[in-house]
Amino acid sequence: MSVVAQAVVTTINSPSIAYRLIAPMLAVFGAAVVGVLVEAFVPVRLRRVVGLAVALIGIFVGLGFVVYLADERAVVARGAIAVDGPALFLQGAILALAATALLLMGERAHADESPAASATLRPPQTETFSLAMFSVGGMMLFVSAQNLIVMFVALEVLSLPLYLLCGLARRRRLISQESALKYFLLGAFSSAFFLYGLALLYGYAGSVSLSALYDAASVPGTNDALLYAGLALLAVGLLFKAGAAPFHFWTPDVYQGAPTAVTALMAACTKVAAFGALLRVVLVPFYALRSDWRPVIGGVAVLTMVVGAVIAVTQTDVKRMLAYSSVAHAGFILTGVAASNRAGLKASMFYLLAYGFTVIGGFAVVTLVRDAGGEATHLSKWQGLGRRSPVVAGLFAFFLFALAGIPLTSGFTGKFAVFQAAIEGGATYLVIVGVVCSAIAAFFYARVVVLMFFQEPVADGPTVITPPALTSAALGLAVIVTVVLGVAPQILLRVAGSADRFIR
Amino acid sequence: MMTAFRSGSGEQFQLVESYRWIPDYGIGYRVGVDGVALLLIALTTFLVPVVLLASWHVEAKVKSYFVLILLLETALVGCFAATDVFLFYVFFEVMLVPMYFLIGVWGGERRVYAAVKFFLYTLLAGLLMLVAILTMYFRTKHGAGTTGTFDYREWLKLDIPKATQNWLFLGFFIAFAVKVPLFPFHTWLPDAHTEAPTGGSVLLAAVMLKIGTFGFLRYSIPLFPDAAKTFAPMMMVLGIIGIFYGALVAMVQKDIKRLVAYTSIAHLGFIVLGLFAFTSQGQAGGVLYMINHGLSTGALFLIIGFLYERRHTRLISEYGGLRKVVPVLAATFLVAGLSSLALPGLNGFVSEFLVLLGTYARHQAYGVIATFGIILAALYILIAYQRTMQGELTVEANKSLTDLTMREKFVIGPVLAVIVALGVFPAPALRVIEPAVNRVLVRVGQVDPAPTLSGATRSGK
Repeated sequence: MSVVAQAVVTTINSPSIAYRLIAPMLAVFGAAVVGVLVEAFVPVRLRRVVGLAVALIGIFVGLGFVVYLADERAVVARGAIAVDGPALFLQGAILALAATALLLMGERAHADESPAASATLRPPQTETFSLAMFSVGGMMLFVSAQNLIVMFVALEVLSLPLYLLCGLARRRRLISQESALKYFLLGAFSSAFFLYGLALLYGYAGSVSLSALYDAASVPGTNDALLYAGLALLAVGLLFKAGAAPFHFWTPDVYQGAPTAVTALMAACTKVAAFGALLRVVLVPFYALRSDWRPVIGGVAVLTMVVGAVIAVTQTDVKRMLAYSSVAHAGFILTGVAASNRAGLKASMFYLLAYGFTVIGGFAVVTLVRDAGGEATHLSKWQGLGRRSPVVAGLFAFFLFALAGIPLTSGFTGKFAVFQAAIEGGATYLVIVGVVCSAIAAFFYARVVVLMFFQEPVADGPTVITPPALTSAALGLAVIVTVVLGVAPQILLRVAGSADRFIR
Repeated sequence: MMTAFRSGSGEQFQLVESYRWIPDYGIGYRVGVDGVALLLIALTTFLVPVVLLASWHVEAKVKSYFVLILLLETALVGCFAATDVFLFYVFFEVMLVPMYFLIGVWGGERRVYAAVKFFLYTLLAGLLMLVAILTMYFRTKHGAGTTGTFDYREWLKLDIPKATQNWLFLGFFIAFAVKVPLFPFHTWLPDAHTEAPTGGSVLLAAVMLKIGTFGFLRYSIPLFPDAAKTFAPMMMVLGIIGIFYGALVAMVQKDIKRLVAYTSIAHLGFIVLGLFAFTSQGQAGGVLYMINHGLSTGALFLIIGFLYERRHTRLISEYGGLRKVVPVLAATFLVAGLSSLALPGLNGFVSEFLVLLGTYARHQAYGVIATFGIILAALYILIAYQRTMQGELTVEANKSLTDLTMREKFVIGPVLAVIVALGVFPAPALRVIEPAVNRVLVRVGQVDPAPTLSGATRSGK
């Protein structure tokens, strides 16, 4: 085995790359590069429009390629990138979610509520689009990497632009920059963990390719300490990105501090990417060890659900509450991972897409509730919102019910899918913890509904701006997907079901 | 629909419709009715127009109010009609949302507390049932990767080991026990009933609670017959505790709506007792009791609603001697109350008698103890009537009360008419109930005990 690996290292041939099969990523990275050029050459007043258009075109072209490649199953670029069902499904999910989040990012209307206020602010930043596109490209690579080095590179490509994006808020700059720094430091730590795990696994198997690791891990090994330590460290790095307890501490601060549109991108797309990579790592190379890692993932899932649901109860800030809710949801998705069967993979993928759209919708509403200081995220300011703007409050209530998993919303279908997979995988205890946590979580979602609908508005409450065009589009998409996946999920389940096999 | 139903048919479900919904999980839109579901759907569809007419006075956000009531009706009917367990669960949970808003937006002073308590209690219980449902689904699979089914009729064919049955029974039990509510799970009910607007209280008491007892009869007992037999003594004891607890607590209430709310706990105790006695009289009585309780308690809540609109208080001490100023209202209250305490000739008597008879036939001790519950029922209803309607007019504000308007008479009239009709001639209802109930009894393998001489004389008495 190691002889083969050395042979590869010593004779460096430029690998032949099947560009057709990685076209989705190329489209996105291409759009990101063009975005940089737009930044350099297009006049200021057109930059926002052109930048957004380039990004969206890149995404739609990428999405088109994903659909076109839907039936391809191959390992390309010398075993570095897998083009298989889960990779394509998750790439499609990332692209669809990113398009919705970009609509929010492209919204400009908030910038000019009052001339006095905007005088003190920096001019709108347009490099966000190309940063976001780099990040999205990294995420796509992350879910399809078939080689730990490529996975690490993808992790960095997706993370670095996000660190920057977090710090770009135009109001409440301090808290935004704090969040960026925090995310960067903790993210660097987690990357180090990942890299350390990678090194140990290389030491064990003599290769960083997932299929070689599978072969090495399947036979009774001589040096199990390396294997288990490597797997554990790798998992720490991935669980950090996924926002699972006890590696979730960055989530509330970063979600709160980052500009809301960026938070939406992170909550939806980063989660998909992190779980996509986690699923690949545990199910491809270490499938043979599942009796060892399942209890651990199960334990993390329990902890994540409990921590997310319980701490969310005490939150007084909408964004922090949604952050803890995302922690709880990470726990639910981990339930699907711990099922460690094909039903679990399918259910997790479905859940990721469904949750992503709902959470983007939730954050889109947050961008609409504003007072003089920008977004009014403190819950007390949301009191009586249902009396003053029933439509916006109604939408938010709908998203909250979806997050709580009330039937006929996508949230319920997703939970149902992961729970039934977990029972099939023999992890009934996870399901029982899961439903109890769902009920605890329902408490704080219900509390917000109480606040908005059952109580009188406060006198100096925030104004709810009429949703501008792009935000309306994002909201509309989120609502439609949440309803359709709740009422008629069959089509997407079929698609996910046809994509529930990793290439080894 | 009533006319298309044939009680003699050999099929369990009639008017069946079945479409694929989410075939990946074996979920279908499958509906059909048996005798029990038929009557409960009839009750729902009868009461909703009444409630709509009674909600004439709603002023705040009229449109949303009626939308929510109709949504609630959809979910309720769906719950009774579903023969796909997933579909049943969907309706079971979706129902919470309109009721949550009805209580929370249009309710009384402590509406927020009541709404949240109701929502969380029922949601948690429902989720625990979901675990049991998923486990059942898993049992319908033939090997990993295949698709199971949520078709109720397929589930009946499963052969489940006894120990597993016990756990699954408990999973369903929690959901239904909270809905009913059985004794230790009842604390949400007085708050929700009291704070809900009149229309909400009526639908909550008259129909929604029945989903619990309906669930026992449709799901818990036939799906887990062995476990049902194991737990039957516990269920009957809880039923009896409910009868006495509800009655005693009702007696000391100062708030008339709360009083009626607690009587529901007592009545539902009778129903559970009847269902788990496993005799055909007991179960038929239990089912008929569901309908009758819906009518009598629905009527009581409607009348209290009329009173509340006039005086804006629910305190019993604020009333007294009303018979003199509002004789028609007092009379309707009396009829509804007498129906509730099971006066012979009104509907409540038939079902209560059947329940006691059925219980006595198999479990004499339970039957005898439960009979004392009737005395308590007479006490609390008559005390309530006496304190509000009879005696001297003590409160000045009551002297200018106006009697029922034409609209209000149209609201309460049909309900009282059915109360009398079912009391005098319950046979049509019993005829559709019997086949359904007998099928349940065959499932648990129980036949009615042969009437002994003493039993015969007793029932002839």
